[in-house]
Amino acid sequence: MIADGSALGAASSTKTRTIETPLRRIVREFSASSLALFGLFVLVLVIMVAIFAPAIAPQNPYDLMQLDIVDGRLPPGSQSMAGMTYWLGTDDQGRDILSGILYGLRISLGVGVASAFVAAVVGASLGLVAAYAGGRAETVIMRVVDLQLSFPAILVALMILAVLGKGVMNVVLALIMVEWATYARTTRSTALVERNKEYIEAAECLVLPRWRILFRHLLPNCLPPLIVISTVQVARAIALEATLSFLGLGVPVTEPSLGLLIANGYQYMLSGKFWISFYPGIALLVTIVAINLVGDQLRDVLNPRGRS
Amino acid sequence: MWLVRRLLQSLFVILAMTIIVFIGVNVIGDPVETLIAPDADQIERARAIVQFGLDKPLWHQYLSFLSGAVHGDFGKSFVFSEPALKVILQRMPATMELAVSALILAVVIGIPLGLYAGLRADSPVAKTIMAGSVLGFSLPTFWVGLLFIMVFSVQLGWLPSSGRGDTRQLFGVEWSFLTLDGLTHMILPAFNLALFKISLVIRLVRAGVREVLPQEYVKFARAKGLTERRIILVHVLKNIMIPVVTVVGIEFGSTIAFSVVTESIFSWPGMGKLIIDSINMLDRPMIVAYLVMIVFLFVAINLVVDTLYTILDPRVRLDQKE
Repeated sequence: MIADGSALGAASSTKTRTIETPLRRIVREFSASSLALFGLFVLVLVIMVAIFAPAIAPQNPYDLMQLDIVDGRLPPGSQSMAGMTYWLGTDDQGRDILSGILYGLRISLGVGVASAFVAAVVGASLGLVAAYAGGRAETVIMRVVDLQLSFPAILVALMILAVLGKGVMNVVLALIMVEWATYARTTRSTALVERNKEYIEAAECLVLPRWRILFRHLLPNCLPPLIVISTVQVARAIALEATLSFLGLGVPVTEPSLGLLIANGYQYMLSGKFWISFYPGIALLVTIVAINLVGDQLRDVLNPRGRS
Repeated sequence: MWLVRRLLQSLFVILAMTIIVFIGVNVIGDPVETLIAPDADQIERARAIVQFGLDKPLWHQYLSFLSGAVHGDFGKSFVFSEPALKVILQRMPATMELAVSALILAVVIGIPLGLYAGLRADSPVAKTIMAGSVLGFSLPTFWVGLLFIMVFSVQLGWLPSSGRGDTRQLFGVEWSFLTLDGLTHMILPAFNLALFKISLVIRLVRAGVREVLPQEYVKFARAKGLTERRIILVHVLKNIMIPVVTVVGIEFGSTIAFSVVTESIFSWPGMGKLIIDSINMLDRPMIVAYLVMIVFLFVAINLVVDTLYTILDPRVRLDQKE
């Protein structure tokens, strides 16, 4: 490229403008799929709605003063005693389902993102250490990872919550315990390839401190697959949290996530009052599908092998 | 030699897990509450503490817990007033029945759909199948279960939504699949449990077909003038069966784990519903027995799958020798 540039002279200025930075390429390739763009749009919308829930929700579902038991189990579109419209109906305590969903999203997303983030930090660090140090540390870490991954996620979470009892922090802890192993395995396999490349050798020749090589040189180059699995892991964490809460092992009733809202409506399902469970389920589904759409496209864009 | 090493490894895993469960329940949790009914008075508590050896050192307690576990003695369930292991074993056939029928559904539905999606990858039907499989992955099992009940039990009134229905005895165990009523009770939970696995099998088979189709031996079979039917059923299908068999085998374990969710929704009286009820009622001997039991089951399943895999695919054995 350098030799070309001097020869091309005047043309080189236009040439440099068309050269893509990696970020631009990722944005362009990501935008190639309208489905993925739609997923991203929905996801951003869901996140915004969750963040600004207190401002846009018609009712604060935690404020008992605003609830009226007389309004219990009203079908979607009914009017409250005070003249407010319950667009998605109310639950057994007269709580507006729409408001419940908006606040529930905060907890579902919060638990999912927080657990995936901590799991990523823990798992990636252990994976890096395993790949870079090798030897006994690697054997021990990877054995534990193998052991952990041979049990289904829901079972591991169930075991932890059976011992710890329910609560938001316990659920986050259980999800971290479930997820770190996937991060550790992915990071290690990527790092094993990366550590044999020249730039690591160069860094070692400069006698940089080990932590610097690990976190400033090796880690950034292992990030693409980590970003991809992170999206999937957040979706999995949200689904798992909802499942655990549905089973009565997750978040407490004072902090209802989408899963708990669905569980609340479960008993009314048989009497045809579907909306109490149905709409929180739709919200959960939309969130998970949106994340998966974005994740799928990210995987195609960031994975060099998948590029044709 | 390989088998011996693998067996020792499995034994080690079980031992490690009993230590974890023991520590979890006796150190993090309160062992007095674990073993003594919550409504016991002070004198009973003091007597029970001595009786259960809770005044002894921890390693001593662990050894007696372990020897109890080896003999299948996990104490009595508070709720059922029967040995915990006995209650679990009674519930096990219901779970097995559900898990096996879910896997059968996954294979019977997943393989043809996956084959089609792989062979006609660009057709609209194939795209619909793949979109469906994405949904199958994304939809939370418990919510689909609720939808099933809403549509098929409440709105249409076609299928029952809870319980096992009539059962009939075979080998001294009650089974639902032997009666018509039992079968109708099984349809919804079995489909619910199978949904995720169907999606998985579709993807596996499709990926396998796409990988095998461009290979030389398929071209050669075409060149020989074999019928398309024979090429697909013999040459293609046979070669994608190994990963399918392995994954389905491994998934058996996770199907049992996920039956926790399905059983709770459809009030299916299996082990999964039992553990959830036990956790909610703080029936601790039951919880401990279930955890040890399920670890044992999983290690056993993994062992069987690994062994089958080495028998089916000699390359795995060669890997081990290196």
